[in-house]
Amino acid sequence: MYTFGIDIGSTTSKCVVMEDGQNIVGTSLLVGGIGTKSPERAVNEALESAGLTWNDLAATAATGYGRNRYDEADYNVSELSCHGLGAHHTFPTVRTIIDIGGQDAKVISLDEKGRMNNFLMNDKCAAGTGRFLDVMANILVVPVDEFAAYCERAKEPAKISSTCTVFAESEVISQLANGVEMEDLIAGICSSVAVRVGNLAKRINIVPDVCMSGGVAQNAGVRNALSETIGQPILFSPQAQLFGAIGAALYAYQKQVNKK
Amino acid sequence: MAEEVKKKRPPLDPNSAKARLGKIAAEAYSSAQEAKARGEMVGWCSSNFPVEIPETLGLAVVYPENQAAGIAARGAGERMCNISEADGYSNDICAYARISLAYAKIKSAPEQDMPQPDFLLCCNNICNCMIKWYENLAKELNIPMIMIDIPFNPDYEVSDAETAYVRDQFRAAIAQLEEITGKKWSEEKYNEVREISGRTSRAWLKATACAHYEPSPFNGFDLLNHMAVMVTARGKIEAAEAMEKLHQEYEENHEKGVSTFRTEEKYRIMFEGIACWPWLRVTSTGLKSRGINMVTTIYADAFGFIYDDFDDMCRAYCKVPNAINLEYARDKRVTLCKNNKVEGLLVHTNRSCKLWSGFMYEMSRQIGEECDIPVASFDGDQADPRNFSEAQYDTRVQGLMEIMEARK
Repeated sequence: MYTFGIDIGSTTSKCVVMEDGQNIVGTSLLVGGIGTKSPERAVNEALESAGLTWNDLAATAATGYGRNRYDEADYNVSELSCHGLGAHHTFPTVRTIIDIGGQDAKVISLDEKGRMNNFLMNDKCAAGTGRFLDVMANILVVPVDEFAAYCERAKEPAKISSTCTVFAESEVISQLANGVEMEDLIAGICSSVAVRVGNLAKRINIVPDVCMSGGVAQNAGVRNALSETIGQPILFSPQAQLFGAIGAALYAYQKQVNKK
Repeated sequence: MAEEVKKKRPPLDPNSAKARLGKIAAEAYSSAQEAKARGEMVGWCSSNFPVEIPETLGLAVVYPENQAAGIAARGAGERMCNISEADGYSNDICAYARISLAYAKIKSAPEQDMPQPDFLLCCNNICNCMIKWYENLAKELNIPMIMIDIPFNPDYEVSDAETAYVRDQFRAAIAQLEEITGKKWSEEKYNEVREISGRTSRAWLKATACAHYEPSPFNGFDLLNHMAVMVTARGKIEAAEAMEKLHQEYEENHEKGVSTFRTEEKYRIMFEGIACWPWLRVTSTGLKSRGINMVTTIYADAFGFIYDDFDDMCRAYCKVPNAINLEYARDKRVTLCKNNKVEGLLVHTNRSCKLWSGFMYEMSRQIGEECDIPVASFDGDQADPRNFSEAQYDTRVQGLMEIMEARK
């Protein structure tokens, strides 16, 4: 049985095709989320990579901020539950998930069976989210995916004290003007995100194992700083950005199985 | 999500509690307008000021918090906030205060007009922002302000010293009001008002307590409308009768197996904080469409004042939710959750109310643990529509629902 999950975020669209709730047989990840053509293209790309058509799918589920506007799916699930399911599928021992997406940060707590039993989200502010890193990458003219390499070379991470993205932008510009090394500045930016999200995580009881999901999980600079902040190793999978879509495909599978 | 059953509603029975309460709430404004037109003095009064004092003296008073909520619910919160912000008030200040200060300046808001004040009655048992808000009104309008200071109580009980401190202020306020308005205090009249206020409060608390029935005989959002009468008119006989009618209707609903929550009640939650008035429909629909009934909230029960004599009244006003310590405040909420078989807690992190939202971070954690229920919070504001994101609200509510579902 093939099931399909689509995660329409604020900045990207991700799809996953699963076979029997176990194997991932097709994926896609496109820049462009809610309100763009990317969700449709991501669906086609994932089906193509799996060698399937929409009619081959037993059930579909949508998640992410665009879930309510995607009428094609059979089910609509919050990204909180989906990241929980996706992370638990990949790391069966995981109990705490830290998801940093394009416009929000979430900490999700799972019970031993992988069911979500609590969550916390950032307040209405872009600090500590992927958008914060995008803004910084833009003014520094350094792609986000190169941040990790810069962090490794940093000697003394700069202190970014402002929590407001706009004020932090001016702070970074003035530190740059004062001759702070790019490596130290980028390490400081990653650390600023880590401290903010780490503090959110500390409000929930952090039970190991801990993993990261969402786009920012790819950034080893943030990941390492976050691990240091919460005092726990953080599990990482190259598929971390697909956890939401994997969770949606799993949800659709479970619904189909329960129907029988 | 639960299918919403759309039924054609019959016209509102004028004898129903809803119709009677709506009439009383509207008359709170119209009777003050009429008093003003007759040349009588009118006061503006904070919501947790002892209403028994102006009621006993026969003074017409209106409530800026109630007005600001009405203005915000009818879509004019941003317009009014912009006026006071242009005058230099920070957008970090309570939006009720910003709306009220704007209204005092422009003196007109078709969404909810009320007469301009001749005196101000302020009590800081609800918050300390209230003091500066009313002081600025007094200065701008050049009118007297009567201030009652009820300090935050770090202890579980109200001490004799605090009771005496508050009693003397209540007595002084009565003397000041007699001097300002020329009206005379009568102990006999006070006892009548006290009786009525107690009767109204008892009926209101009995009505809200009907939430212990499963399913609840009412939609919790109804309470947010009906409580306007508790704020503005609890000392009036019509209010007591209408609240008794409300209680009777809720009991009848339970007996007949019907509810004003017009869909299947799948989950029962407690809502924490002042309503997000500018987004009332969105916040209500986000719950109802998923079969989530907000069966209880401390915000509604807070306006039920029960006491036996003048000193007891002083103690009652020392025990309003924002004037009590975290442990006492938590225990009151835990009782509501347990009595009403609540399965989840939704917290409004209300940008206007730093006090209330600030202590909820820790209190909601303690309530969640004590009652073994999931907790979710969302950002919003009681009157400034700019501090709310519908998508973020929706995700949090859906997440809360999914945890409640998994626990069933």
